[in-house]
Amino acid sequence: MWRSPAVILAIAIIGTLIVVALFAPYLAPYSPKTGELENRLMPPFWQEGGSTDHILGTDTIGRDVFSRLLYGARTSLLVCVLAIVVAGSIGSLLGIASGYLGGWADTIIMRITDLAFSLPMILLALMFAILFGPSFTNIVIILSLVLWAQYARMARGETLKIRNYDFVALARIAGCSKARIMITHILPNVSSSLVVLATLQVGTVIILESSLSFLGVGLPATTPSWGIMVSQGRSYIVSAWWLCVIPGLAILFTVLSFNLFGDALNDYLNPILRIR
Amino acid sequence: MQRYILKRLIQAVVTVLLMTIIVFLLSRLTGNPAIFLVGDYATDEDIARITEQLGLDRPLPEQYRIFLSNALKGDLGRSVTGDRKPAVEIVLSRLPASLQLAGVALLVSVLVGLPLGVVAARRKGSFLDTSARVLALLGQSVPPFWLGIILMYVFAVWLHLLPTSGFGGIRYFILPAITMSTVMVAAITRLTRSSMLDVLNLEYIKLARIKGLSERVVIWKHVLRNSLIPVVTFIGQFLPIMITGAIVIETVFSWPGIGRLAYEAAMYRDFPVLQAVVLFVTLLFVFCSLVVDILYAYLDPRIRYTN
Amino acid sequence: MGTPMLDVRDLRTYFITSHSMVKAVDGVSFHVDENETLGIVGESGCGKTVTCLSILRLIPQPTGRIIGGRILFDGEDILAMTERQVQKLRGRKISMILQDPMVSLNPVFTIGDQIGEAITTHTKAKGPSLVAKVIEALKLVRIPAPEARIRDYPHQMSGGMKQRVVGAISISCRPRLLIADEPTTSLDVTVQAQYLQLLKDIQRELNMAIIFVTHDFGIVATMCNRVAVMYAGKIVETAPVRDIFHKPAHYYTSCLLKAVPKLRTKVNTLVSIEGQPPKLDNLPDGCRFAPRCARADDRCRRDEPPLLALGDDHYVSCWHPQG
Repeated sequence: MWRSPAVILAIAIIGTLIVVALFAPYLAPYSPKTGELENRLMPPFWQEGGSTDHILGTDTIGRDVFSRLLYGARTSLLVCVLAIVVAGSIGSLLGIASGYLGGWADTIIMRITDLAFSLPMILLALMFAILFGPSFTNIVIILSLVLWAQYARMARGETLKIRNYDFVALARIAGCSKARIMITHILPNVSSSLVVLATLQVGTVIILESSLSFLGVGLPATTPSWGIMVSQGRSYIVSAWWLCVIPGLAILFTVLSFNLFGDALNDYLNPILRIR
Repeated sequence: MQRYILKRLIQAVVTVLLMTIIVFLLSRLTGNPAIFLVGDYATDEDIARITEQLGLDRPLPEQYRIFLSNALKGDLGRSVTGDRKPAVEIVLSRLPASLQLAGVALLVSVLVGLPLGVVAARRKGSFLDTSARVLALLGQSVPPFWLGIILMYVFAVWLHLLPTSGFGGIRYFILPAITMSTVMVAAITRLTRSSMLDVLNLEYIKLARIKGLSERVVIWKHVLRNSLIPVVTFIGQFLPIMITGAIVIETVFSWPGIGRLAYEAAMYRDFPVLQAVVLFVTLLFVFCSLVVDILYAYLDPRIRYTN
Repeated sequence: MGTPMLDVRDLRTYFITSHSMVKAVDGVSFHVDENETLGIVGESGCGKTVTCLSILRLIPQPTGRIIGGRILFDGEDILAMTERQVQKLRGRKISMILQDPMVSLNPVFTIGDQIGEAITTHTKAKGPSLVAKVIEALKLVRIPAPEARIRDYPHQMSGGMKQRVVGAISISCRPRLLIADEPTTSLDVTVQAQYLQLLKDIQRELNMAIIFVTHDFGIVATMCNRVAVMYAGKIVETAPVRDIFHKPAHYYTSCLLKAVPKLRTKVNTLVSIEGQPPKLDNLPDGCRFAPRCARADDRCRRDEPPLLALGDDHYVSCWHPQG
């Protein structure tokens, strides 16, 4: 896995993103929310009319695109990580409980999971948005609702595979409570597949979040988010292409890197033995 | 097999009912359901009327009963905008456009993705295989709304080859369908490829060759049949993602479908219409899952018999 | 007997990856006459299965490649044939039974379809005559109530039954040579005996020759006329069954025989051969068995032993044959 140049590049990009997300306030040359109207609609520095003061140009009210891009990274990653952590934790715990406890707990949780898979969560998210208005918390909740079921299903599957292994039986004989067994014995063993699932999902979540923001039902319009930037830049695509194209490219490369990394991680952690 | 279908049918009905409950609860628990159901410009008379009609002053279970019986009669309220047409009517008028687009996209995805995946698996390691994988990766990483905008700009605005938006002949289908199918094609290609590679290694394929079958028959009859099983499952699971894709793509291309209807309803806070869309989409979903499950049982006899 | 039906000469099959070259089969020669059963014995990984797959040219490419040698069937070299010609051979003249019945059958087709497919590949049978042939094949392998079973799917059958179906598929076109690659290893012991008897009966009825790959000398004793012992990609000894048991010439052969504990003698320690077989991508010079051989000397470690004829169709590849 470490040999492929594409994977190394992907990891580098992800690393950069994390740094950017953490240190955006220090790295961004300007504020993402206020701009000077005299500088509105400046193109990127390599085009005529641009300058190195605003390397990626400015938008309709003079906000620096580069700064907004950096803050956008922060927003996206934050929403993404939160949603995955919430969905992953709840989903995994439910999945492990379902797989380990069996019986009626399993049936109930499985039914709920089936429902989560068969209902159009995105539309529910839209309903949510009308009823409760777009906000940061809401979008994290909405995204978590869309994602949790996959973790539950995978965790349950993995749990079923190992619940009959000897070390679990030994823990039971030693007198461990069910909760303790699930958390200290089962969880660590299923976590590798869950982590892979999480990395493979990051790309999907980012696209989901940016799509919702693009539609205006995700984050509030004042937040610097790549999806919102694309939406706002859309009408200017002919005259000010950079407003729409650059944030989109940012999304593309971010998701690409996470997908590449996730695939490589998957191959690495779950090698399929191809005999001859 | 019949038992299996029956079981799935019952599950489907239960799912739809549950969705009606969720939708119902969402609308009633916001404190002032009347406003949502009649709109911001409601008069006191409107509010009184709707309270009467839907029994908003009665206990919840009774409200639900009224709601459900209305729904079964085809009444899901009226739009709060425009002519205040019945929500069901509005949804039904926009449904065909969405179904057509989704159908075309699905067809294209399968027709392109499946053979691509098969060829990539057969010629594993070749230039074709690597390019297919790279393209698939890109396809899954590009944000659909952005792709739509870019394609629209390049082909419609700049090159004037295709219309930017609207609904009419085949020309209007091209850009939205391509945008919509990009993600699907990518996913189907990758899944077909990996599924085939797994199956190609299995013992019974060796036995097929031992019988003296030509390579072509081995691949297209034995390998593919077994490889399709995860692909079909995936398509079934992918439907939800297609829905977001549909809303976004319909919005970008001003496609007169229910996706865009949902978006507009959300924007104009037209709750009854949104509610109707949600319920219809659920019905659609559930129906598609059913079809996929039956297809799955047809492809894999082990499912039929071990239930 | 004249020309043997199958004559393998100096077969070499290697597996080549970017960082290694595994010499799975490295200069193997043997022959099979009409109607006889040749046993191929050896430890796991010695190249038995690869040899069998090579005969039918079923080695997975591009990693695997038959580098050299000739495989003459009725005088024609299989390795020189086109793919189409080999396909005509497979199933019709030479067939194979695989080891694990649980994974040998395609789960999505009925067993009737799978047997039928084998038949339609080589004959023009259709409709009722096809069904009759399928039932005939099932009867040959002694599956009860065959008319009802043709619509069954593999997962509805037990392991023993499945292995019989695999047998039915393999003999449906009455091949002249059947390669059985450890067909009873995955079966219960009680079922094993029945299956072996079945194979014997079929052989007699169809006048087939069999190559029987196994690691079990008990099976060798009951089933085979001649035996070839393989080690690390080479055949170290070939002899009629009698001679293998009574006068083994190669030290490895006698070790293998000794390793099987006899029921009636009291055993204090189980005999095993010290050491491990060599890695096939990193072979030692000289005799491959030398590192584990109690009788090896410097010559053994330096030069590869020649093939010696000991008379009575008994051959051994050793510098210091016993007896």
